Amino acid sequence: MPWWFWIAVVVVLIAGYLAATSNRLDRLHGRLDVTRAALDAQLVRRAAVTLEIAASGLLDPATSVLLASAAHEARAGFGDDADREVVESRLTVALRAAFADPDEAETLAAEPTGRELLSELEAATNKVLLARRFFNDAVTATLAIRRYRLVRWLRLAGHVGAPTFFEMDDGPPAHVTIAEVEPNAGAPDEAADVD
Amino acid sequence: MKVGLVCPYTWDVPGGVQAHVHDLAIALIAMGHEVSVITPADDEASLPPYIVSTGRAVPVPYNGAVARMAFGPLSARRVRRWLRDGNFDVVHVHEPTTPSLSLLASWSFDGPLVATFHTAVQRARTLAAAYPILQTALEKISARIAVSVSARRTLVEHLGGDAVLIPNGVSMAAFADVAPFPGWPGEGGALGFLGRFEEARKGLPVLLEAAAQLAVTRPGLRLLIAGPGDPDVVWRELPPELVGRVELLGQVSDADKARMLRSVDVYVAPNTGGESFGIVLLEAMAVGTPVLASDLEAFRAVLGDGDSGRLFANGDAADLAAKAGHLLDDPAARASLAALGRATARRYDWSVVAREIVRVYETVAPGAPPVAPGRRTPRAPLGRR
Repeated sequence: MPWWFWIAVVVVLIAGYLAATSNRLDRLHGRLDVTRAALDAQLVRRAAVTLEIAASGLLDPATSVLLASAAHEARAGFGDDADREVVESRLTVALRAAFADPDEAETLAAEPTGRELLSELEAATNKVLLARRFFNDAVTATLAIRRYRLVRWLRLAGHVGAPTFFEMDDGPPAHVTIAEVEPNAGAPDEAADVD
Repeated sequence: MKVGLVCPYTWDVPGGVQAHVHDLAIALIAMGHEVSVITPADDEASLPPYIVSTGRAVPVPYNGAVARMAFGPLSARRVRRWLRDGNFDVVHVHEPTTPSLSLLASWSFDGPLVATFHTAVQRARTLAAAYPILQTALEKISARIAVSVSARRTLVEHLGGDAVLIPNGVSMAAFADVAPFPGWPGEGGALGFLGRFEEARKGLPVLLEAAAQLAVTRPGLRLLIAGPGDPDVVWRELPPELVGRVELLGQVSDADKARMLRSVDVYVAPNTGGESFGIVLLEAMAVGTPVLASDLEAFRAVLGDGDSGRLFANGDAADLAAKAGHLLDDPAARASLAALGRATARRYDWSVVAREIVRVYETVAPGAPPVAPGRRTPRAPLGRR
């Protein structure tokens, strides 16, 4: 084989590697966008449910004011990620404080509307936790590729800024759990005749 | 939601992952989702309509054991066709690090991909060798689920990233209202053991030693043992105190497993290690039998550090004998443990666990249409084409 053949092979291999890597990076940026949008949606939903619980008049006024102000600040906290981490964590703490007492959840659950709100709150707090996990996981994977030397030298990431983790306290309130909120949903006996 | 589930191991052999996929599919269908499962299976004719087979699986050594899996261009083509025909809102692969359908599906699917990791102990060197190949497929997974704390730790240490914890489920319906075998548990007290009794890590020798100590003062004590294995192993090692007091059932059906668990006063799990979750503990709790288990991390987690079942020092036959003796003497304690155990097991019912998994789907596939409220009747499942 002539010498230029081998050079051509090397060039093709490098080009293939670069194309594959930039393809991976592109896909990861897509995954980042989707998970970020999901996290944003779940945080907004959680604040909205909290506001609705506070406005329902089913809880005592002190707890209602505590929840309403925390939820309002969380909703107003758009924009800067660092600020948002703080206000969303404050909402988490407020929710945990409000539902630290099992009686509070029971008071809500006694009313049909309250029961519905409680179940929505349980779903929302749980989904915030999930969405944040998935977003941070995407950040980890993206940062791992962006650290590759070739990716940095050839600027394969383009002008998309490096993603940052979203750190917040998302520990769910006690006494608001999936089993307690809806004990009878999805009756398993119906499943028996399916197969 | 249109959900595609991928099972990497052959459907013909019973196993933890297969059971998980099956129960999840049933629970999702009951919730009104459209479900299609793709799996290797030899006998296509006997499969329910929501299962698509890629054909015969090949036994290959992987991760220190021989597993029957499917790979190669034909399997890859079938997975691609299934993905195209299914038009799924979300695809949920199980055990994506095994060289089988799950990996192929992760490779081919461009859309919301969810993965569940079951294995607790993966051989680190195996994984390190395969990592560069796996990475491209693993990067596409938008949501990772681990079934246990140890499975999650394995994942974080070897693959990086994070996972949410959603435990295995139990079908409460299958374990409610079962009747004990005639004559069991009897007046003199009965202890139960379930598992592959030849395997040392299942801990049968510890239980036999403890039972021999108990038998000295308890003339009526009996043992009920079920599980696959060579019965001669048990008879050879049987302490003389226990002669005539052990009933060996061999491998049992699911229905008999529930009855067996119901037939004893205390279910003992003397496992000495290697357990990732302890689904049998939940099954015993679901039938209302008090559980006494070794204090492994996985068992502690399921038993709430001893709240909903008792714990003994791992490998300590004397401690096991003492704790089992207390329970056998105290019907009130057994009754309260049974009630607590039932409540604990209910939290792991498949209807609850499946809803947690659906939340993961909804988080990664926000555009997909949810099930209309109140819809509980199963929709016609996706058929085979």
